Amino acid sequence: MTMYLVIAVVILFFVVIFQIAKASEYVAVLKGEKNSKLQSNKINGFLMVAFLVLGLIGVWYCNELFFPKTLFRFGSASVQGEKVDSMLWVTIAVTGSVFIATQILLFWFAFKYQEKPGKKVFYFPHNTNLELLWTVVPAIVLTVLVVIGLRNWFSFTGEAPKDALVVEVTGKQFGWIFRYPGSDNQLGKKYYKNIDNASNSLGLVWDDKMSHDDIVTEQTVYIVKDKPCKFIIGSRDVIHDVGLSQFRMKMDAVPGIPTTMWFTPKYTTKEMQERTGNPNFAYEISCDQMCGNGHYSMKGIIQVVTQSEYDEWIAKQKPYYFTAFPDKDPANSKLATDSTKKVVVSTSFPNTQKGNSKI
Amino acid sequence: MSSEIVLDIHTSVSGLHDAHHSHDGHEHHHHETFISKYVFSMDHKMIAKQFLITGMFWAVLGGLMSVLFRLQLGYPDSTFPWLEDILGKWAKGGHITPEAYYALVTTHGTVLVFFVLTAGLSGTFANFLIPLQVGARDMASPFMNMLSFWFFFIAGIVMLSSIFVETGPFSGGWTAYPPLSALGDASPGSKTGMDLWIVSMALFVVSSLLGGLNYIATVLNMRTKGMSMTRLPLTIWALFFTAVLGVLSFPVLFSGFILLIFDRNFGTSFYLSDIFVNGAGALPNEGGSAILYQHLFWFLGHPEVYIILLPAMGMVSEILSTNSRKPIFGYMAMIGSMFAIAILAFLVWAHHMFVTGLNPFLGSIFVLLTLLIAVPSAIKVFNWLTTLWRGNIRFTPAMMFAIGFVSLFISGGLTGIWLGNSALDIHLHDTYFVIAHFHIVMGVASMFGMFAGIYHWFPKMYGRFLNNTLGYVHFWITIIGAYLIFWPMHYEGLAGMPRRYYDYSIWESFKQFGDLNRFISTVAMIVFATQILFLANFFYSIFKGRKLRSANPWGSNTLEWTTPIRPGHGNWPGEIPEVYRWAYDYGKDGHDFISQTTPVGADESVH
Repeated sequence: MTMYLVIAVVILFFVVIFQIAKASEYVAVLKGEKNSKLQSNKINGFLMVAFLVLGLIGVWYCNELFFPKTLFRFGSASVQGEKVDSMLWVTIAVTGSVFIATQILLFWFAFKYQEKPGKKVFYFPHNTNLELLWTVVPAIVLTVLVVIGLRNWFSFTGEAPKDALVVEVTGKQFGWIFRYPGSDNQLGKKYYKNIDNASNSLGLVWDDKMSHDDIVTEQTVYIVKDKPCKFIIGSRDVIHDVGLSQFRMKMDAVPGIPTTMWFTPKYTTKEMQERTGNPNFAYEISCDQMCGNGHYSMKGIIQVVTQSEYDEWIAKQKPYYFTAFPDKDPANSKLATDSTKKVVVSTSFPNTQKGNSKI
Repeated sequence: MSSEIVLDIHTSVSGLHDAHHSHDGHEHHHHETFISKYVFSMDHKMIAKQFLITGMFWAVLGGLMSVLFRLQLGYPDSTFPWLEDILGKWAKGGHITPEAYYALVTTHGTVLVFFVLTAGLSGTFANFLIPLQVGARDMASPFMNMLSFWFFFIAGIVMLSSIFVETGPFSGGWTAYPPLSALGDASPGSKTGMDLWIVSMALFVVSSLLGGLNYIATVLNMRTKGMSMTRLPLTIWALFFTAVLGVLSFPVLFSGFILLIFDRNFGTSFYLSDIFVNGAGALPNEGGSAILYQHLFWFLGHPEVYIILLPAMGMVSEILSTNSRKPIFGYMAMIGSMFAIAILAFLVWAHHMFVTGLNPFLGSIFVLLTLLIAVPSAIKVFNWLTTLWRGNIRFTPAMMFAIGFVSLFISGGLTGIWLGNSALDIHLHDTYFVIAHFHIVMGVASMFGMFAGIYHWFPKMYGRFLNNTLGYVHFWITIIGAYLIFWPMHYEGLAGMPRRYYDYSIWESFKQFGDLNRFISTVAMIVFATQILFLANFFYSIFKGRKLRSANPWGSNTLEWTTPIRPGHGNWPGEIPEVYRWAYDYGKDGHDFISQTTPVGADESVH
């Protein structure tokens, strides 16, 4: 009911505006076209300056309102992200001053040079020096920005430090799977045709001994504060994207083409909860590449912990191999005596010989 | 009509041949049927109007879609029972489903980018202005021109039909990245809806190629006597570069689509490798590259941005100069900067792909080339500002929209410097910052260019004026609304809030913007309603608008204003006028304006 009321009011409002507009046209004819044109010119000239002033106040007010809601007041949560932030401030300074200067010129000129009867315009078709000025100055400023940007770009995309904690991140519709290399520090081979949601979500190649100690978790990944962390990123189905807004990092997860990303977290999750005063704070992994109807719910969590907490946690994790083969688990070895099961399992992976070297 | 008669007299006096010609044109007029005049017309002016009105239809539909998905974003917890009435199962219980949300987002993007801002903008104004402003009776091939419109029309029908298929229209985003767009098992929208989407886009490519070749041929070959390339109005230069961009880049998109069709239907693996889809299992495809599609797509996709923007730039240059009563500042620099933009447009596509795992060295080249575009853009902005400086500005609605265009182009262009710098793009990529950037600089700014063009050339199209007061209301609400909608989105983007999310309430990092989203949605509805007001003005004024009394209402120099108030097919009843000067002699030697058809006087000053 309210809906129809709203629609009725809107339509009424329209009709009123339309009628006023039509009437103003008749008035214009009565008053003489010239006069009414000059009058509307004056009004619009004034509105141009009003728009400029109110607009600039609005820009300031918008910043007051929303800047606190971004994450910038807490700085970046990664060492690399600090460079992103500092670059951002330089870019804001440059583009912000150009923005303010040009908008002021635009609307001020519009107001100042509005039509006045009998005014003679300045015939000014070109001026080489002026044109050179605004070709060369932007070119120099942009060169500076490019240099800063590329220095950061190469440092972000360069090799991760040797001692980095390596975790494999795999996107799927709609969630994240993480794999740690285990005690041998090597990720075992995998092949997508081995994937089986129940017991082998990544398609690990069990013939490869290196896969036997790999640890697989879902939704939450643990990494260590102050220790570089390298993600090897892939996807099981469509393109996803590992978006880490607090760390200022992002990388696509592409099926068939592994990508990498590395960064050094500066604060543990707990520290961030204290700094932000938000007990629910979490480092969230948001999928940033349209991946289907559940795209908006494709969330992962990064738990940043201290080294000792991490060691404690990882010690409790069981290799994924034991999920696939519970009878191989030393903890279950007394129970698992059925040897026929083993045979069945080992023949159920005919593709493993084809297993390629993709990690 | 009276001016036509006057011209008839003039031509019959000036020579037998001319009189004969005008008689010919008149007779031709009489034999036109409704079908040949309004439907399968080969008159470039009618085709332009067909493009415009079809574009308006799509703009309303695409805009309405954005209102619907903004309802979801602004009021995720509310239910709207009337939504179920119009959308059925797509809004069960008065709540837009994720499927419907993504379909709306995708169709909104596709429709606005291609049907409205490509066909509706350059289709309308290239058709309307090129023959009139270069001094030609029609396009090089009127028949191809007609085909161009009808291919566009059919593309629209196919796109429209995809909304009604059972599995829904395509819903993987307007960029249609595979594997999502290739696999029906990964998303219901990638089933029949995607087939129709590709067919529609393929027809659209055909339409834009037919149109583009025609525009290029007309500009190069059919200029009237004296109309050298450097005497062309900037609108024509802009439309010319636009057509060149389209002709060179649309075929690449087409090839990308062909490969996608093969992957979808014939078992090839151009884009597919190592895929396991829940419910369908492991696919046999190996060895393809999903990234290949992105290269092919953005090789069109980036020039497409300039295909949209350049016509607006050209029209704005023309309108700013005319209504400042001053020549455009730096005419040659304007052409040069458009040329630079057109070249660079082909060399920056991978800046859409900085986070795909692109080779960092390759990425760095694209950073350099991308930021280079800021130089010609800066030249254009400063030249526009200098054009206003010490002018005598008449605030016609067209002029207001042209000034609004410059403001929006500055605002949106500057954020391009952020996004083009790859290290910053890592953080901002695919967030609301990008939405704000491209909506301001490409969406709203080009819309403003289009509005400016409509207000300015409406008298030429229909022989009547649009209502001024409504024009001012339209302008002020739209520019204030556009800034209110898109400016705060930058902050959401800085917080990392991703695009294309149906609901943010489960996200600790992004849910703080709920109030802002509600505000944006409300403003979006008001702005949309205002556009309906504009349409009312448009259609009302076609029939009832104030009539034009003189052939040149704006005191313009260009050739289209030397035609009669309602020109017939062939544009000039007599001989096509000869051109003696450039289009921007405003305020020269104390003359308010000097038409291009006026010979250069002996005592005229030289600049």
